[in-house]
Amino acid sequence: MMDRMYISPAYEVVRDAARCTTCRLCEQQCANGVHAFDVRTGRMTADNGRCVNCHRCVCMCPTHALKIVRSDDVYPENANWDAQTVNEVYRQADSGGVLLSSMGNPKPQPIFWDRLLINASQVTNPSIDPLREPMETRLFLGKRTAKIERDKNGKLKNTLAPGLTLEVPILFSAMSYGSISYNAHACLARAAEELGTYYNTGEGGLHRDFYRYSRNTIVQVASGRFGVFKDYLGKAAAIEIKMGQGAKPGIGGHLPGMKLTADVSETRMIPQGTDAISPAPHHDIYSIEDLRQLVCSLKEATEYRKPVIVKVAAVHNAAAIASGIARSGADIIAIDGYRGGTGAAPTRIRDNVGIPIELALAQVDQRLRDEGIRDEVSLIAGGSIRSSADVVKAIALGADACYIGTAALLALGCHLCRSCHTGLCNWGIATQRPELVARLDPDVGSRRLVNLVTAWKREIQEMMGGMGINSIEALRGNRLMLRGVGLTDRELDILGVRYAGENM
Amino acid sequence: MLKEGAFRNPSGCAIVGVIDRSGRKMTGEGMIEAITVMHDRSNGLGGGFAGYGIYPHYKDFYAFHLFYDGKEARQETEAFLNRYFETVYSSQIQTRKVAGVVDEPLIFRYFLAPLPQKLSRSHLDEREYVARCVNRINAQINGAYVFSSGKDMGIFKGVGYPEDVGRFYRLEEYEGYAWTCHGRYPTNTPGWWGGSHPFGLLDFSVVHNGEISSYDANRRYIEMFGYKCTLHTDTEVITYIIDYLVRRQGLTLTEAAHVIAASFWSTIEGKDADAREQEMLLRRMFPSLLITGPFSVILGYTGGLMALGDRLKLRSTVCAEKGDLAFISSEESAIRRVQPDLDRVYSPAGGEPVIYELYQKGGNA
Ligand code: SF4
Ligand code: SF4
Repeated sequence: MMDRMYISPAYEVVRDAARCTTCRLCEQQCANGVHAFDVRTGRMTADNGRCVNCHRCVCMCPTHALKIVRSDDVYPENANWDAQTVNEVYRQADSGGVLLSSMGNPKPQPIFWDRLLINASQVTNPSIDPLREPMETRLFLGKRTAKIERDKNGKLKNTLAPGLTLEVPILFSAMSYGSISYNAHACLARAAEELGTYYNTGEGGLHRDFYRYSRNTIVQVASGRFGVFKDYLGKAAAIEIKMGQGAKPGIGGHLPGMKLTADVSETRMIPQGTDAISPAPHHDIYSIEDLRQLVCSLKEATEYRKPVIVKVAAVHNAAAIASGIARSGADIIAIDGYRGGTGAAPTRIRDNVGIPIELALAQVDQRLRDEGIRDEVSLIAGGSIRSSADVVKAIALGADACYIGTAALLALGCHLCRSCHTGLCNWGIATQRPELVARLDPDVGSRRLVNLVTAWKREIQEMMGGMGINSIEALRGNRLMLRGVGLTDRELDILGVRYAGENM
Repeated sequence: MLKEGAFRNPSGCAIVGVIDRSGRKMTGEGMIEAITVMHDRSNGLGGGFAGYGIYPHYKDFYAFHLFYDGKEARQETEAFLNRYFETVYSSQIQTRKVAGVVDEPLIFRYFLAPLPQKLSRSHLDEREYVARCVNRINAQINGAYVFSSGKDMGIFKGVGYPEDVGRFYRLEEYEGYAWTCHGRYPTNTPGWWGGSHPFGLLDFSVVHNGEISSYDANRRYIEMFGYKCTLHTDTEVITYIIDYLVRRQGLTLTEAAHVIAASFWSTIEGKDADAREQEMLLRRMFPSLLITGPFSVILGYTGGLMALGDRLKLRSTVCAEKGDLAFISSEESAIRRVQPDLDRVYSPAGGEPVIYELYQKGGNA
């Protein structure tokens, strides 16, 4: 028996010899070392086994000589033991280790967004033309439990708790410096500022260079407490306590040591080169009362000037958890669905733990309303929001706004090769290698992010106009604007929507 | 087919209202005249009226108007009323046979005062106590429906063209300082008497023309505060929103209007500092009570009428004045029919509330 089982590569690099000029650009672009120049033959070679299918070479090849295809090598057909499952067994038999992967769960479980359809107005109720009429996408996140109080002239006093103002119902979700590059953070921060929204530092601290974007920065406090100190909290518009993450509910963040460079280590305040593994729970939070204490201490530390977000993974009892958080003093709850992305997670957890955001969101929103505490918190839905249509559906289900992570990385060039944990991202995103990071130009990247969100905003406005709704506030929780297709009664019930064709 | 209320039921409509700000009373005849002109805006599936100041002899008592499907519902309801109220006077509401109005339920009126002991034990404010009793009858007693519950005011409604409904109720025999009227064009209804408009809660009555797109956002929000939107109509949810903002939160009508038909952010930003700050605050406090989509409503309340239209002005509203009289209508023609000679006629801007009140309540001439 062999010590290591050979696993045939999933992808093959196909090079059109007639087009290839042997410029060797692909060789230089591929950090995985797929391409090489063979001096004897004068031709390019490719090591398929190293290819992660990130498409960097395909995009960069000046003569479009390259394509990556799925390998047609097959194991004996078996509907139960598919090739990937078999390969994973081989891999674990080789290494004895936990399988690691990155980005969101790629498995073919149902995507409820695609089974929800949006309404449009006709005849009895006009649609509104967003090109000719105001179409408001501004909203506020935070508590809305203000008491009506008046000054001596009878004017209403502002008794609202501090909140966030967004010009679009989209924020960039938490991605730490370390898991992604300095340039990627620069892109997110600049785009957030230009768009009138927020980006999120993730759990890796905040690089001092980005202090100037503080008005558009959400800082995260996670179980590892990396990089958390007074200035960090001070340089934020809001503070997010990360209790869980959709990609890996029940465990803490993972940053492989090779991504922990000097600069990252300084920002995180931990030694260089060590694996940064956050504890699974917050060791000072074993119950809801403990969470309340952390919420209060963070507010105390920032003089009650900043809203506190509590981020949780969508799990089976999400509604009960959210109800507890809504009473903990937190201002905003971020719910992260099981398809949310990550820089590194154990594969089994990523693919098997947690529930879809659509169902969790619908249940949380309804539960908070049933208990009459929906105004205690705003809701941000994430993991995974893939398009403006997903945003519209999420808001109609009950979200105030959406977090996007993967979509933002796609805008920066990510091709979902799901190998962020290797630290060799050829697109300069999920890497700390200077030569790779340099590939991501913050000017270009931030412009692409602004383009993406602006395009989504326009589409959201189009869909709102179609529904005859001219403020995003009137879409929130407006579930009559949704209908389901291909869903069971039970699913419709959980989502709180009617079947397509059913009357209003 | 489902009974009305079991599904959402949008409708197009005609609305009209009049108030004599000096408090002088007029019969319901004028309203019947006015709505006749807008006959084509209704389809015979619902009409109704609200009159204010019509019960001077019982003005300190809650006047409940009820529809009953049969004797049992009536017995059950009266037993309930006796547990919570003292009934000062009750009778069947006098009606006359009119060709266009058929299948009428039993229609009763009660003048009620909450039992003092029950009220004090409930730890509720009196109006909340009454509102909850109305809710309970409507939600729990099969075949009974309270459609009017204010003091010194009454709602009269039914299935038919509004002018026929008005004659059916003999409105020429009632005198009030203010009236509103509604002709209904439901796009989807088997026609149920309780589903006609005005919709009332305590002394608030609302007539509405339009179909709001924010309905479910508004409904799901307002239901957090104990309201149950059992009729699934816009009018019902609008009434609850006004009740919540004005009676329960203590906003003024103008402030409530800035929540319901808030100006666009871009408009607010152009206002003077004071108005800007107040309107922004109201939008931030009650964003889920913003109503979008076409609507124009007339709110009736003790001592006044308020007209309010959506911020894009997707439904027409005309206001007019003649001496002490003030009119609000979907169409100017309806006003001209009863008062051809007017001092002033104008269309309020979208989202701009128009409030006409009795002079004694501080109303402007
Ligand atoms: S980049 Fe394209 S043309 Fe250049 S060596 Fe690679 S395959 Fe050939
Ligand atoms: S960020 Fe980079 S490494 Fe991660 S999936 Fe995208 S392209 Fe691959």
